[in-house]
Amino acid sequence: MIEPQHTAYPVSPLFCGAASLEHGEKRRMGEMIVVQDLVKNYGDFCAVNHIGFTVPEGEIFGFLGPNGAGKTTTIKMLTTVLDPTGGSIRVNGHDPTREQKQVRRSFGIVFQDPSLDDELTAFENMDLHGILYGVPRAERLKRIDMLVEFVGLSDRKKNFVKEYSGGMKRRLEVARALLHKPRILFLDEPTIGLDPQTRNHIWSYIQQLSKEENVTVFFTTHYMEEADRVAANVAVIDHGKIVAQSTPSDLKTKTGSATLEDAFIALTGHAIREEEANATDRMRMMGRAWRGGGRR
Amino acid sequence: MKAIYILCARQLKRYVRSPARIIGSLGQPILFLVALGFGFGSMFAKAGGGSYLNFLAPGIIAMAILFNAVFSGIEIIWDRQFGFLKETLVAPVSRLEIVFGRTLGGAIVAMAQGTVVLLICMIAGFRIQSALLLPAAAVFMFLIALFFTSIGTVFGSVLQDMQGFPLIMNFLVMPLFFFSSALFPVQSLPKFMQAAIKLNPLTYGVDGLRGSLGHAFAFSLVTDFVVLSILTAILLAIGSYCFSKIQL
Repeated sequence: MIEPQHTAYPVSPLFCGAASLEHGEKRRMGEMIVVQDLVKNYGDFCAVNHIGFTVPEGEIFGFLGPNGAGKTTTIKMLTTVLDPTGGSIRVNGHDPTREQKQVRRSFGIVFQDPSLDDELTAFENMDLHGILYGVPRAERLKRIDMLVEFVGLSDRKKNFVKEYSGGMKRRLEVARALLHKPRILFLDEPTIGLDPQTRNHIWSYIQQLSKEENVTVFFTTHYMEEADRVAANVAVIDHGKIVAQSTPSDLKTKTGSATLEDAFIALTGHAIREEEANATDRMRMMGRAWRGGGRR
Repeated sequence: MKAIYILCARQLKRYVRSPARIIGSLGQPILFLVALGFGFGSMFAKAGGGSYLNFLAPGIIAMAILFNAVFSGIEIIWDRQFGFLKETLVAPVSRLEIVFGRTLGGAIVAMAQGTVVLLICMIAGFRIQSALLLPAAAVFMFLIALFFTSIGTVFGSVLQDMQGFPLIMNFLVMPLFFFSSALFPVQSLPKFMQAAIKLNPLTYGVDGLRGSLGHAFAFSLVTDFVVLSILTAILLAIGSYCFSKIQL
């Protein structure tokens, strides 16, 4: 296995901005995510319908839309786990369908659904992640300590994840996504189920990362005030199409709305969306019934 | 390589941490061993077959490995449902490394379980006739484990949820077990049964294990080894292919 090149820490102890700049020359300066004419069909259902957008390096970009609009499908294609039907994607200058390793090395992700191993401890989950990403041992241990401390889980590091509450799992996932110093952070509804304290804590850290380390952040959320507060630009997707793309304040001005939530409703309508439960959801229900207890 | 190691180690950790699973999956082999071993023992001896327990034990060990291995492979579905699979699929390692690590871990777990059953069989009265071929026995146990973990991997990769699990158990795993040489000698069976059993990969695993534990081979050590190795390599390739095609 090829070890990614980790340079020594320059300034910030939490983050190293130069981590993967060796791939930098392949992308045009300043454009971290470039999506053109992206399409994803499932049979005759069109989940993502010819969308395009560009996210500059270091920007916090909000990807908003009602349930079933195509947000998660888009993230899956950006993060190499789903092949697009058509169109082109560049993530950190690489094509997720062909240069998977380079793309995967450049991002960290917090998924919409939980993705921790419950039967392992928090530390073991972090350690496994570090090994998969080829972070050398000494550095791995140092960063795990730092990040676990940052999300306030230091004293629970040795606990099994199955003993964690939903919020604690979420915090651990955020910490884990940052372990290998990604250039891009994908956050698919990262703050769902978190209390305002934790939400603020996490967002202020992410804002700091973006400002000081030039990390690009691509996130989805249903909390519009959150998007309004942290996103430099937002795109609104509905029925697989991007219906608006601008700064949050422009969006409010254009739609004549007082809040981003009103603007969002103005753009996407009042109809409540049906989202079919997929196999995963059904399975989770079974799992919950089986274990008789709380998962997020 | 590190990825293979850590994913394999994960399977082992999960195994040793779940005594309920260890003990739970011993239930079935013990049941078969006691009920059949002692139930048919005297009949088998009267028919001139010698000690049925000595004949049966390798079959029961293979059974324990078979069930645990298929289950280990199918665990991919659980990991998909409970999310951990995603974490490995977005990591900068090849799918091949992931699937090898998982399969190896699953196979070692199944083999460990088989070893526990071997010890139980010995407590029940099973005798290893010669220690000379014990390494060969370990090899056969490992091959059986690897083969069936790969089958589990195929189904774990293709299926979306556990709905199909009983189908696999009742229409694949159970028939594979019953139509093998695990429970009865092949020689005096009706022709169609003999044919079915000779087509069953488990037959060669059981026969190899039985022979290496010091009892009679129906085929030969070399035949068993070659057939099972080739089939295992093929299944490993199919399992890896199916896993590499997983989309979320």
